[in-house]
Amino acid sequence: MPQKPHKAKEPLFHIAKRDAIVWWKAWGIRIAAILIALVFSGVVSYLLTGENPLRIYAKMLEGAFGTQRRVWGLLQNLAMLLCVSVAVTPAFKMRFWNIGAEGQVLVGGLASAACMILLGDKLPNAVLLIVILAASILAGAVWAVIPAVFRAKWMTNETLFTLMMNYIAIQLVSFFVYKWSVPKGSGQVGVINRATHAGWLPVIGRYDYLLNILIVAAITFIMYVYLKYSKQGYEIAVVGESENTARYIGIPVQKVIIRTMLISGAICGIAGMLLVSGTDHTISRDTAAGRGFTAIMVSWLAKFNPIFMVLTSFLIAFLEKGATEISTAFGLNESFSDIITGIIIFFIIGCEFFIQYTVKFREKEAAK
Amino acid sequence: MIWAGFLQRAIMQGIPLLYGSTGEIITEKSGNLNLGIPGIMYVGGISGVIGAFLYEQNTASVNPVLAVLIPLVCSMLGSLLMGLIYSFLTVSLRANQNVTGLALTTFGVGFGNFFGGSLSKLTGSDIPSISLTATSNCFRTSLPFAEKCGWFGQVFLSHSFLAYAAVIIAVVTSLILSRTRVGLHLRAVGENPATADAAGINVGRYKYFATCIGSVIAGLGGLYYVMDYANGVWSNDGFGDRGWLAIALVIFAVWRPNISIFGSILFGGLYIVHNYIPGLDVSGQELFKMLPYVVTILFLVFISMRRKREAQPPAHLGLPYFREER
Repeated sequence: MPQKPHKAKEPLFHIAKRDAIVWWKAWGIRIAAILIALVFSGVVSYLLTGENPLRIYAKMLEGAFGTQRRVWGLLQNLAMLLCVSVAVTPAFKMRFWNIGAEGQVLVGGLASAACMILLGDKLPNAVLLIVILAASILAGAVWAVIPAVFRAKWMTNETLFTLMMNYIAIQLVSFFVYKWSVPKGSGQVGVINRATHAGWLPVIGRYDYLLNILIVAAITFIMYVYLKYSKQGYEIAVVGESENTARYIGIPVQKVIIRTMLISGAICGIAGMLLVSGTDHTISRDTAAGRGFTAIMVSWLAKFNPIFMVLTSFLIAFLEKGATEISTAFGLNESFSDIITGIIIFFIIGCEFFIQYTVKFREKEAAK
Repeated sequence: MIWAGFLQRAIMQGIPLLYGSTGEIITEKSGNLNLGIPGIMYVGGISGVIGAFLYEQNTASVNPVLAVLIPLVCSMLGSLLMGLIYSFLTVSLRANQNVTGLALTTFGVGFGNFFGGSLSKLTGSDIPSISLTATSNCFRTSLPFAEKCGWFGQVFLSHSFLAYAAVIIAVVTSLILSRTRVGLHLRAVGENPATADAAGINVGRYKYFATCIGSVIAGLGGLYYVMDYANGVWSNDGFGDRGWLAIALVIFAVWRPNISIFGSILFGGLYIVHNYIPGLDVSGQELFKMLPYVVTILFLVFISMRRKREAQPPAHLGLPYFREER
């Protein structure tokens, strides 16, 4: 029997990489994804609460912008998340997966708290604030540099190393929280220096969080310039694209890795200081509140551009505030916001595919 | 018999870690670094709780077979769905694995705490907290002659079927990975997907299957925790950081499930050793809870310095594979 000639079946569709996409199309796709995600989470909220979805969205807006106090709260959350996101960005641009920001923020906060508690009544406030700043920068930088050195010298997997460092930081904070707890053994530090306000960041006018927000805005802008216009920023980008290329054109890769993580950790340390000495005036193992992990998503969603990060951290901060309001208004558990955040991030992650690739369907065979 | 008690507790602590790490090993062997494991384990736990809760609410007398089967199936479906989300985003839509995994963890932990906190309200029942004693008792059925065998019985025979299942799954996985063609193909996909692809292995399919099977296994760890360890009482954030510890265990076990059986008992022991050290105050206990992570870091550094080829992560771990971008 003569064999039939083998005919390869063409798949229904195939995927091709786009050359480049006009910026408005890319943003159109992203905004569409966010809208679809909002509709989807509206449906989920409706199924869980039985409320009119429009009322749910109204509640979200009210929760985020309802009063002046809430707007400030939103801005403060935005600033803190933005600070950590900006901190992790240079490392990510270098393809160094630093998922240890949580720990780096915590040790920064721990250093601030230690200075406030131990030196609070020994130094004049201005000197104390400088000591606090230096200590938290140092703590955050040390926490980040340890994995960086091992990665640079021995190629130790940085994702897993930095992840483990988080939990060491959390337990270290727990240890000191019990040591310093007021009253003894309660497991809570309480407000540090409530009477003297020693080591508290000064308040501008009547706005509690304004100084934090201004500091973060400055850091964000400096980071944007650093990454875009400085020689070091360029080196980071080259190392991120290809370590071999970097080595070939004479960039000292090990030095760049360690230096970049030093910067990353130092900014995380500042974030810890802003949280402890500028916001909470206390320390606990929840001080970083998962921002170290959320920041990774924020930074990635913004394509590692510090200016876009203002938008993405606004989105996440808004969702958290809004969903918290929904959960109290409709008597749901507060973890509701995590579900909504998760859903929206899934959609945004997914939509990047349609920005980078096109799906080409099989063309109909011409009729003979 | 302090030692027997300690070992028994260590094994009970270790079982969820064993499930999590076996699941993550299968996933990582395909080159997917799934940081969503903590979230998946929460979902596995809460899905089982939801199933058991609905069953207990709607039945007069609890049938032991159904009481085990319903939560088991629900748990597996829940974590399978999580695995599908992860594989769809990272394999089909080629998204970044770290970001997807972390989003999955945010989502999963939130999902668990949300339903744990509002399940009774949503179903309109007036029970203040979820306590599934009847279901838990079915899950905790252990060998009847365990008590007669002294310390040996207490340490090794007193556990429930899910604990033994964890060990069996780990052994079988280990055999499949090292002795079968499927295992060989899977390892090839994780080490060098381009070569695997050229050899005619369907890379995408292997990644999908490995991730989904891994998720289901990891989810069982969450189920074991709620039903056995916590006696059927769901408490929010009760599962804690065990998911991350399971990922740590993967490194410690150098990507071999049979080593992670012993590793899980060791980690379980390290996790609770602070209860057994006399004269330790609360703050000292917190320092001791660092141990598993410190051990993991030291080990990670050790294997990277030694550069022994068998002890390295899969070469393509965490990297996406697109055929047209080689």
